[in-house]
Amino acid sequence: MKPLEKACPEKKEYTTISGKKIKELYTPLDLADFDYKKNLGFPGEYPYTRGIHPNMYHGRLWTMRQFSGFGTAEDTNKRYKYLLSHGQTGLSVAFHLPTLMGMDSDHPLAQGEIGKCGVAVDSLADMEILFKDIPLDKITTSMTINPPAAVLWAMYIAVAEKQGVSQKVISGTIQNDILKEYIAQKTFVFPPKPSMKLIVDTLEYGAKEVPRWNTISISGYHIREAGSTAVQELAFTLRDGIEYVEWALERGLEVDDFAPRLSFFFNAHNDFFEEIAKYRAARKIWAEAMRERFGAKKPRSWWLRFHTQTSGVSLMAQQPYNNVIRVAIQALAAVLGGTQSLHTNSLDETYALPSEEAVTIALRTQQIIAHESGVINCIDPLGGSYFVEKFTKEMEEEARQYIKRIDDMGGMVKAIELGFPQKEIVDSSYWYQQSVEKREKIIVGVNAFEMKHEPIPTLQIDESVARQQLARLKDIKETRNSSQVKKNLLDLKRAANDNLNLMPFILKCVKSYATLGEIIDSLKEVFGEYQEPITY
Amino acid sequence: MAKRKIRILIAKPGLDGHDRGAKVISRALRDAGFEVIYTGLRRTPGEIVNTAIQEDVDVIGLSILSGAHTVLFPKIMNLLKEKGIDNIEVIAGGVIPEKDIPKMKKLGISEIFLPGSSTQDIVRWIEVNIQKE
Repeated sequence: MKPLEKACPEKKEYTTISGKKIKELYTPLDLADFDYKKNLGFPGEYPYTRGIHPNMYHGRLWTMRQFSGFGTAEDTNKRYKYLLSHGQTGLSVAFHLPTLMGMDSDHPLAQGEIGKCGVAVDSLADMEILFKDIPLDKITTSMTINPPAAVLWAMYIAVAEKQGVSQKVISGTIQNDILKEYIAQKTFVFPPKPSMKLIVDTLEYGAKEVPRWNTISISGYHIREAGSTAVQELAFTLRDGIEYVEWALERGLEVDDFAPRLSFFFNAHNDFFEEIAKYRAARKIWAEAMRERFGAKKPRSWWLRFHTQTSGVSLMAQQPYNNVIRVAIQALAAVLGGTQSLHTNSLDETYALPSEEAVTIALRTQQIIAHESGVINCIDPLGGSYFVEKFTKEMEEEARQYIKRIDDMGGMVKAIELGFPQKEIVDSSYWYQQSVEKREKIIVGVNAFEMKHEPIPTLQIDESVARQQLARLKDIKETRNSSQVKKNLLDLKRAANDNLNLMPFILKCVKSYATLGEIIDSLKEVFGEYQEPITY
Repeated sequence: MAKRKIRILIAKPGLDGHDRGAKVISRALRDAGFEVIYTGLRRTPGEIVNTAIQEDVDVIGLSILSGAHTVLFPKIMNLLKEKGIDNIEVIAGGVIPEKDIPKMKKLGISEIFLPGSSTQDIVRWIEVNIQKE
């Protein structure tokens, strides 16, 4: 292959960002025993490699859903209205770290964190302000929240009810994926078993009472951000999904009652074709797992529907405007991979939460892909490419090997207890860092093409946010019916001890303005707390 | 007498769980021949300072993403001062806006390593700046 060598003389070997070897050329020989009908099929047909819908984006574009939240509920409510008025089509709530950890803003560990990484929500009072004048029967909302997911979901249901909107019609997603927290993101509170119980409670409650809600978003995003390869992201995420299904079946739920509400969340990293192959392989493995392994009958149970976020770790502090280009390429991979919704990161996120200007460029990136690039005209335009089909097949095979290894360990909870996925990720991230430092992997502006850049303007959250939030929390605690709160918290604890479905009890707590911290602390008394083993 | 190895505490204050950087750096420093102690997640300023004293470290490396450095770093530096510790160098890394760097250095933090820093830069910084008997 002379011309290639000439073009890139220093390269002896071509590998993806995950270290996977890529051949210089793919030909029909790579797909020798590939049967279109059997191995691929049409878009909208089992096993859905080419997409879950026969018409891809012709029925409906992906949802443009920017993950957003900062400061107080008032600040974020304003940002939501801004985004909706500029063409965003769904909401996605970023909570601040104390909320993510199930702590109130007056917790000692909340110092310095209030409103910084997201919006502060301590009680229903904050949630009411967050969605003020946003009609919850018309907009769908995704909430990135894990150990306390049931509580925040209950708050959302209560706000909808106050707007006169029934829980039967609201739609959206709670992330509610604890397994990837132990594996990668590390926002955990309870030990694995009670955490899984709480999640199955939400699957069960959702299937009966909130039929349009996605009760879980099984997430590879954070696994990848923590340093995994694309295959590890794919395999660990799908095996997490399998674990949730197994636990729900054990409870006695019917697979076709809850499976259609399972949703997924993947990363879109820099390596364009590797990402596309990952999404395609994910749909196929999931469809087969649901039909063959779990005997699901409804096609909707076979569908892997997913949200994508462009990769945070791929953004660079050096020459930050280059991040716009990285995000555009990643977003394009997600679209060609058939995502159902998309978040595009903002160029300034290595420094702070995005400014209004930066988030507007990120949203415009999606709109340009949708309306100017022409890539949505043809359904699954990459289907049949020798390279893409071969790559998809290899990703599938490698992921299946991981899934099998975890099956052999006794499932994902066991594998986590053994530290298996954690160790795999730590090793991959270390390998990648070494490759960058050896300049085997080039990062523009970091280990090649470096230059000085001027500091860019960033969003600043000042400490007045904390004062406002603490004042509101104090006010709520003073004005609510505290004996009712006490009783509801006690009932919740009793229900946890009796192993009942906790959703109705959590709803009652929330509606009486029990705070998030109070609810989670009550559950900690029954469930205990998780301590992670440290590996590096 | 044999040279004592340089001892480093990698510490994660703040509530965020983003420990990829802390772990990569812990391993790189260990591979470079330093003694490394990693605190694990969500350590309070008091816990970090106490661990640093108990472990008799030469360097504390703070890793944070959440934006709470503006509140937590001053607390850590004040605690060190209160306890009369002046032989520990403090360095930091993570998501720290450039405009905060002068403030952080004024507190007594010796160096801030921004995203994209190489682990070898950190190793070299320690070799140059920490002299052990």
